[in-house]
Amino acid sequence: MLSFVRLTGQALLHLLEMTGRLALFTLSALSHCVRPPFHFRQILRQLIDIGYYSLPVVGLTTLFTGMVLALQSYTGFARFNAESQIASIVTLSITRELAPVLAGLMVAGRIGASMAAEIGTMRVTEQIDALTTLSTNPMKYLVAPRLIAGLLMLPLLVLVGDVIGIFGGFLIAVYKLGFNPASYLSSSWDILTVMDVVSGLAKAAAFGFLIALMGCFQGYYSRGGAQGVGTATTNAVVSASILILVFNYGITELFFSR
Amino acid sequence: MTEPSKIRLTGVHKRFGDKHVLRGIDLEIGRAESLVVIGGSGTGKSVMVKCILGLMRPDAGDIAIDGESVVGLTGRAHDALMARIGMLFQGGALFDSLPVWQNVAFGLIQGHRVDRRKAKQIALEKLAAVGLGAQVADLVPAELSGGMQKRVGLARAIASEPEMIFFDEPTTGLDPIMSDVINELIVKCTKELGATALSITHDMASARKIADRIAMIHEGEIVWVGPVSEIDRSDNPYVDQFIHGRGEGPITMQVKAL
Repeated sequence: MLSFVRLTGQALLHLLEMTGRLALFTLSALSHCVRPPFHFRQILRQLIDIGYYSLPVVGLTTLFTGMVLALQSYTGFARFNAESQIASIVTLSITRELAPVLAGLMVAGRIGASMAAEIGTMRVTEQIDALTTLSTNPMKYLVAPRLIAGLLMLPLLVLVGDVIGIFGGFLIAVYKLGFNPASYLSSSWDILTVMDVVSGLAKAAAFGFLIALMGCFQGYYSRGGAQGVGTATTNAVVSASILILVFNYGITELFFSR
Repeated sequence: MTEPSKIRLTGVHKRFGDKHVLRGIDLEIGRAESLVVIGGSGTGKSVMVKCILGLMRPDAGDIAIDGESVVGLTGRAHDALMARIGMLFQGGALFDSLPVWQNVAFGLIQGHRVDRRKAKQIALEKLAAVGLGAQVADLVPAELSGGMQKRVGLARAIASEPEMIFFDEPTTGLDPIMSDVINELIVKCTKELGATALSITHDMASARKIADRIAMIHEGEIVWVGPVSEIDRSDNPYVDQFIHGRGEGPITMQVKAL
């Protein structure tokens, strides 16, 4: 009984310590994002890494999601003679939920893991200490550029994903299900409001920030050689993925609850 | 009146949980002097250097450079201090993602705001000073041997012509010939710069070659300090056991039975 209480207490203290450490890390990172000097080369490198190199992953994910959505909606809606609603379902689902969430999860797997591994390796090989001895703040040089790039690039990726996802639904609807192209596009356009796109982009910005934050945080505090870096990488992807799903609900409530 | 010390540690303590690593370190290093701290693994050598560099904060005691306390320095004040210090890390701690010349020029570009073209020229000069040709400048650290990586690390440490240079296990992992080459380079570089040098090592050949004075650390305390010429007649049982590499003596290894 006593050992159970002790273990529970230890777990609680560890959780509180991690929460406090993450809060301080976030505040410090945010302050370095807005205070000069800025490492523009690092920011540019991260913009390319997160934005350009994630395009194929996000594009393929949203394309096939849009296609599947059109196909599944058709099989369901045909029972109620509501096939004409497919365009609306695909458009709203992609812009409001699927493009930001799926792009976020895919980028968390690709970028969050790579950030944690790179920064974690730098930590265990003393490269972060070396940065400090070379008069360079690691938070400013390593963390701030990644947060800025995550915040800026995920909305752009999601915007591209919106177009590709809707196009995927269009392809299936027109070439497989026999919809009229003009009326499908018209239905898609009519249902779409600015808020649908903006809410998706706001989610994407939040997710981009969370992915970069968790990748950097886990890498920065990794310990114990290769195993520690591996653990940091796993934790970065898992924690970012969970936070994406939690924040997705919160932001949806914020935009669409009445 | 005697000249004040360049670096002075007074009663420095550092704990990690229950482990009391530094137990009141008192040490003085004179201007342009080369002091080598010897001691077994886990005796607190690296922690002591990290405390001086501000990478760790001592729990108690004071560390002064040129008579001014440097404990708790942050931000620009810490960066300014780091600009006066060069550091050669045990594993080199070269930045994997940057070519050799950018590693050497990193402190000049980021810390001293030197123009990139001029910084590259200085980097090539420093590489030449440690016996590396311009052909390695565009290689990445992974393409270099261990000895070459140490030399690049040394070139990086001296690139900004610092007042103080710290060497953490400079010959660990190198063959005896390459160790001697590195020792010669350390002596040459520090003498040419007129820098104050603090090295930590358990390689006695290295210590004898680069030291003006030697200090021995055991269980977080300095147990002997004296000129290198007196180390063989120190009459200190810890020093005698260490320099002769004897298994029996006051230094006992904690070995657990399998």
